[in-house]
Amino acid sequence: MDKRILTQIIATIAMNGNIKGFFEGSIFKGNSKKLCVPGLNCYSCPGALGSCPIGSLQAVIGSIKYNFSFYIIGFMSLMGILFGRLICGWICPFGFIQDLLYKIPLPKIKVNKKANNYLKYLKYVILLVFVILLPMFLVNDVGMSDPYFCKYICPAGTLEGGIPLVLMNESLRDTIGFLFAWKITLLIITIIFSILIYRPFCRYICPLGAFYSLFNPISFYQFKVDKNQCTMCNSCSKKCKMNIEVYKNPNSMECIRCGDCAQICPTKAITKNFSTKNL
Amino acid sequence: MVKGKTLTYGVLLGSICLIGAGIYRNEVNIVLKKAVNLCLECIGIG
Repeated sequence: MDKRILTQIIATIAMNGNIKGFFEGSIFKGNSKKLCVPGLNCYSCPGALGSCPIGSLQAVIGSIKYNFSFYIIGFMSLMGILFGRLICGWICPFGFIQDLLYKIPLPKIKVNKKANNYLKYLKYVILLVFVILLPMFLVNDVGMSDPYFCKYICPAGTLEGGIPLVLMNESLRDTIGFLFAWKITLLIITIIFSILIYRPFCRYICPLGAFYSLFNPISFYQFKVDKNQCTMCNSCSKKCKMNIEVYKNPNSMECIRCGDCAQICPTKAITKNFSTKNL
Repeated sequence: MVKGKTLTYGVLLGSICLIGAGIYRNEVNIVLKKAVNLCLECIGIG
């Protein structure tokens, strides 16, 4: 089996090891939820053993006591500086789900370069507006706010938490309404696009991917192109499903470190390493 | 090159300090409290 798929399977199971939660229609309540997981994985998923960093960030910012989270920003920065978007490509459960959907043998769409160049900035807007600014400023009378990204945008919560809980828990089933219909619609749109386009959520929507992307050029984990070996044959760029010109910018903010470029390179000019030697 | 390394190690150190500051401020308890209670907004009900 492909090393990356195997890692994704192990990471997804490790983050969602509370199997009995799926059968009981309840969530895990243990102390391990003090810790965040590195990928986008809803803490209201019945299997979740840790917390989602994006949900937690909104929870702390939107609490009465604080309007900034040192703990979560510190955790996300630590993951970012160590691994960059390697987490998106190898660890994130929702990224893995998108990878699986893209394997469905239907015609694929390659987003044109111009559209891609504009759309890629959308995730930064979502990070800033829905994850940070709205929870910070759009508060109720007692100073608390909703997790706006989770509530109105995130399809991961619907898929990993909403659907299994509503299926297994009758009392929850009785309370679903417009919001659930809205989130199911977004989930269906995400699924359709994920079948046709490679990782649309990661590329254009995910605030966690947006945050990690800021660290790609400076993280310990780096890609390097040996200019002496590179023949500029463009094989890496053609292979890259994220539309990156790898030989020009191996540490692009959009790169999820899948490593397909290094595998396809005929002269093995692309190397991956975990050091600061190339910085 | 030295600048890049300094930035990387600086961010590493800064992120560890931020985590420490967050733990000191008891943010961990807010994270736990949110995570062990069903987040109705997250699943599309609240």
